[in-house]
Formats: sequence, structure tokens, C-alpha cells
Amino acid sequence: MINSEPVITVKNMVKKFGDFVANDNLNFEVFKGEIFGFIGANGAGKTTAIRILCGLSTPTSGEMKVAGFDIYRQTEKIKQNIGYMSQKFSLYEDLTINENIRFYGGIYGMQIAKRKARTAEMLERLELTEYGNRKIGDLPLGWKQKLAFSIAILHNPKIVFLDEPTGGVDPITRRQFWNLIYEAVEKGITVFVTTHYMDEAEYCDRVSIMADGRIVALDTPENLKLQYNAANMDEVFLKIAR
Amino acid sequence: MNRFLAFLRKEFHHIFRDPRTLVILFGIPIAQILLFGFVLTNEVRNVKIAVVDHSRDYLSTRLTERLLSSGFFQLAAIPSSENDYEGLFRSSKVKEIIVFEPNFATNIIKEGKAGIQVIADASEPNAAQLIVNYTTAIANDFMRDEFVKDQKLPGINIKVRMLFNENMRDAYNFIPGLIAVILMLVSAMMTAITITREKETGTMEILLASPLKPIQIILGKVVPYMLLSIVNALVVLLLGYFVFSVPIVGSLALLLGEILLFIFLALSLGILISTFVNSQITALAMSGFVLMLPSILLSGFIFPVKNMPVALQVIANLMPPRWFIEINRTVMLKGGGLAEIWPNTLILAGMSVLFIFISIRKFKIRLQ
Repeated sequence: MINSEPVITVKNMVKKFGDFVANDNLNFEVFKGEIFGFIGANGAGKTTAIRILCGLSTPTSGEMKVAGFDIYRQTEKIKQNIGYMSQKFSLYEDLTINENIRFYGGIYGMQIAKRKARTAEMLERLELTEYGNRKIGDLPLGWKQKLAFSIAILHNPKIVFLDEPTGGVDPITRRQFWNLIYEAVEKGITVFVTTHYMDEAEYCDRVSIMADGRIVALDTPENLKLQYNAANMDEVFLKIAR
Repeated sequence: MNRFLAFLRKEFHHIFRDPRTLVILFGIPIAQILLFGFVLTNEVRNVKIAVVDHSRDYLSTRLTERLLSSGFFQLAAIPSSENDYEGLFRSSKVKEIIVFEPNFATNIIKEGKAGIQVIADASEPNAAQLIVNYTTAIANDFMRDEFVKDQKLPGINIKVRMLFNENMRDAYNFIPGLIAVILMLVSAMMTAITITREKETGTMEILLASPLKPIQIILGKVVPYMLLSIVNALVVLLLGYFVFSVPIVGSLALLLGEILLFIFLALSLGILISTFVNSQITALAMSGFVLMLPSILLSGFIFPVKNMPVALQVIANLMPPRWFIEINRTVMLKGGGLAEIWPNTLILAGMSVLFIFISIRKFKIRLQ
């Protein structure tokens, strides 16, 4: 699925908050159809970078393109072509599943017929068809997370940004969540994901390891394990961090 | 446009599904009108009094009847002497004791003057003052009616007219003021809370990452509350007109225009507050202490601004409701037009522009 056509290009990305440098000269490309992982401890600058790429924050300097559009001048076009799932759970708890879907479909300007078809398909996949009129607040956390992801890709974006999507979820649900991610990739969606679970790093096509605002390593998990002579990503991470 | 409609639909779901929001939007305004209309009244009505008549002649009897038939007073006790006045007040049986001296009628006719002693319970000073004033006024009226027309008693005949509110009705005061307080509550406080809620729950991030423009998000949050504010303002005006007989002497169109301006101002104030705080609780506290208390206490709603110490007057002048209530009184009661209220209108418009300007700046800084 992966080809060499870049959908995200980042050159010399710098983000400063006063004297604090959150992103120190980041350079990377993300290719169409890959799962690109951003790994690092809390405070390494993962969220800052993802927020910049989603247009939620402006960089201090650097050149960046997302889905082929310039991050400074074509923000509107970028937003139409991406999906975003933040660290905080972000569906409306007082609305039902159907109402949430209708709302997000609405603000992304989806045609009604298309939205209805996608909704039916999605609820069936999640085995939630009969729960469409349940309020989100009444659902267990695992369901909510899977639903939030499915809604983030409802409008069929080119890229979906996931900021620590599996925080606080049990291992089984995390596995199911990653199955959903693979299915999205099969549909041609590029996935940009941050996590601090090292087992999740293994699921990515390529990972970039961040520390103190810098990218200290960027390769496929296999190559990184070879390079650092490690059995798994956890060891890789510990060796780099040392 | 469809995106915007989807947003509005969501907002109305939030509003009509949250009991707390509904109470603030509809319960509190109605409760305030009922409270101010029927409970918290400064008017003198059916005040319990005691009459000690040492004279029991035709004049003292008629004056007593005149007092009791005025509707302001109600006879609660007829003690034989005024000596136990403290006991009467302490048991709260009466608020005022009227004592006629012996030979009341004889003294008036022979000497041209006679004494009435009025003892009032001043543990509630404002009420006592009011009661005494009413008593004195009725007694003076009585004397005038009895003697002046026969030209037996010389004296200055003062005829008082309380212009714009001939009957000193409380509603004339509270309806114009209440519009301001309710609009502050519904527009400013609810806007601040609803925007802060999106920030607190994290949904604001999702909205900002969506193709919606920030201005669409803000408008989507604000428009439902604007509509509800208009409904609330109309309800207060209609209740004032039909239930409390408060007239709208001036131009209704002008009044509605000014109300819209104030709603706009309150909404921008709500937006401004939401740019400063990140949790609903803080938004509520900010709105409560920064908006509600001053708009009730420092706006001239209850206490006249001119009677305040200079320092408080300065603060009062910074309160939007202070200017808006003046507009309401001028247009509703005095029939004034733009010629009288243009400075107030300008101040309100200026404040709105300032609030919007600061909000936009704060928003841009947040993105950086």
C-alpha cells in the first residue's frame, strides 16, 4: 500500500513558547497509506507537532505541507482533508451516537445520503447498530474511543491524526482499536499517530522517536531493532533514552 | 450554511437536554419577575398599626377612618394607652402607633392646632420612613379637605405630582432593571459557560481542527442564546405591560433596538470571559461575581448611582447595565427618544466593540 508519494512534508519545523523550545528543527516526510508513529515520553513535543500539523497552533518557523497544501496559507483546505482525534475524549456526551455522527457529518459538509450510508456501514462494523439512539455518556470507554476514531474518519479524510488515542483503554480494546486503524489504511487513509505505548510502536510502518523536542531516530521498527540490537521497541526506546 | 445549521441543531440539543441550563434560562427569569413583582416590594400596603385615641371625638374618628380606608394601613390593636409601645413593637404586632391627644377636635377649632404622635418601628428604617411619610401625607390631606376649602385654616397648599409614576408603583422601577439583569444572566453568563464547556471537554480542539471557521464556531455558540435572550426580553416586557401595567411611553422600535444592542454587548462580554477561563466553574464564578452582583447592586437598579460614594460611582459607570437601565427608564417611562439616550447608546456600542476586539486578540494569541 505504501508508495513514495509524501502526504506530509516537514522541513525545519521550530516551535518556541517563550524560551522553551518544544519542537527543535524537525524534518520528516509521511508517505501516502502508511502508519506513521510519533513515539516519546510525555513532554517530548509530540502533541505540539501534531497540533501544528492540524492547524491548531502556528509554528515559529519552518516549511510544512499537509495533504499537498501549505500550512500557512491553505489551512482551510488542509482542515477539509484531515481528521483529528485529540488526547481528550471528544464526542458530545449529552448527544446520542446518531446525533454526534450527524453533527460531525454536518460540519464537514457531507451530503446527507453519503453520511447515512457511511453511518450504517460504520455502526454495523462496530456492532452498535441498535444503539444509535443511546447517549454517548452511557457507553463504556472502549466503545467511545472506537466510535470517536470512526467519526474522525467519517468524511474519508486523506490523513487522520491520532493524539494518544488509546490512553486509559484495556489491552483487548487497544488491539480492536488497531484493527480499525488497519482497516482505515486499507481504504487509503494515511495515519499519523502519537503514543507512549511501545507495543503500539511495533504496529507502525515507521516510527519517529522524539526526546526533548528533537527527532532522535526515524525508521521502521525492524530496522530500529536491528540498529540498536534490541528484541523489541521498548528496549530500543530505553537505549536511545540513555 | 448547512455546516452552520448542523452546529445550531447541536447547540439546541445541549440547551434543551440540560436541566440546569433550562433552569437558568427560563426558571430564574420567571422567579425574578415573581419575586420582584409580588414579594420584594417597597410599597406600603396593609401595614398593621395601632391607634390610641385619647380624644374620641368626631375629627379623630374621621382621621382614623381616613387612614384605614386608604388601603395602606390595617388596624391591628386599639390599646388604651401608648405606654406599652415597646411591647407592641417587640411582639411585631404593629409597625406604627398613632396617638391622638385629648381634646383633639376642640384644640383644632379653638387654637388652630392639635397634636398627633406617630411612633414607628425603625428597626427597618426604610420601611419606617415610608410609613411615616404616608401617614403624614394622609393627615395633611385630611386637614386640607376639612378646613382649607372653608378658608378657616390658612397655609401653603402643596400639591405633589410624582411625574412618570404617579402612583409610585414598584414595577416601574424593577421591570426596566430586570430586563438588564436577565439579559446579563442569559446572554453573558450562559455564553461564557457554553464556550468554556467546549474547551473543558476538549471538543473545542476538534471544532478548531474541522473546516469550520472560528467565527462560525463562535456564532454557532452565540446565536441560540441570542434568540433565547430576545424571547426572554419580550416576556419581561409583556409581563410588565399586562401584569404589572408598566407602560411603554416612548418608541417601541427604539426600545427593541436598544435591547438588541445590549444583548450584543452581553454576548461579547460572555465571549470575552470565555477567552480568559478554562473551566465551567470558573466561568460561572466570574459571571456571578463580576457580572451579576454589580449589575444588580451598582447599576442603579436598586440603589441610585448618584447617591454612591465617588469610588463606587466610577465602578458603576463601568457597568454596562447602568447605562442600559437608564435607557430603559427614559424610553419606557418618560417617552424619551434618541435625542436623550444617544450618549448611553454610544457607550454601550463602544463597550461591545472593545470586548470583541480584546476577544479576537486573545484568541489569536492562544493559537500562537
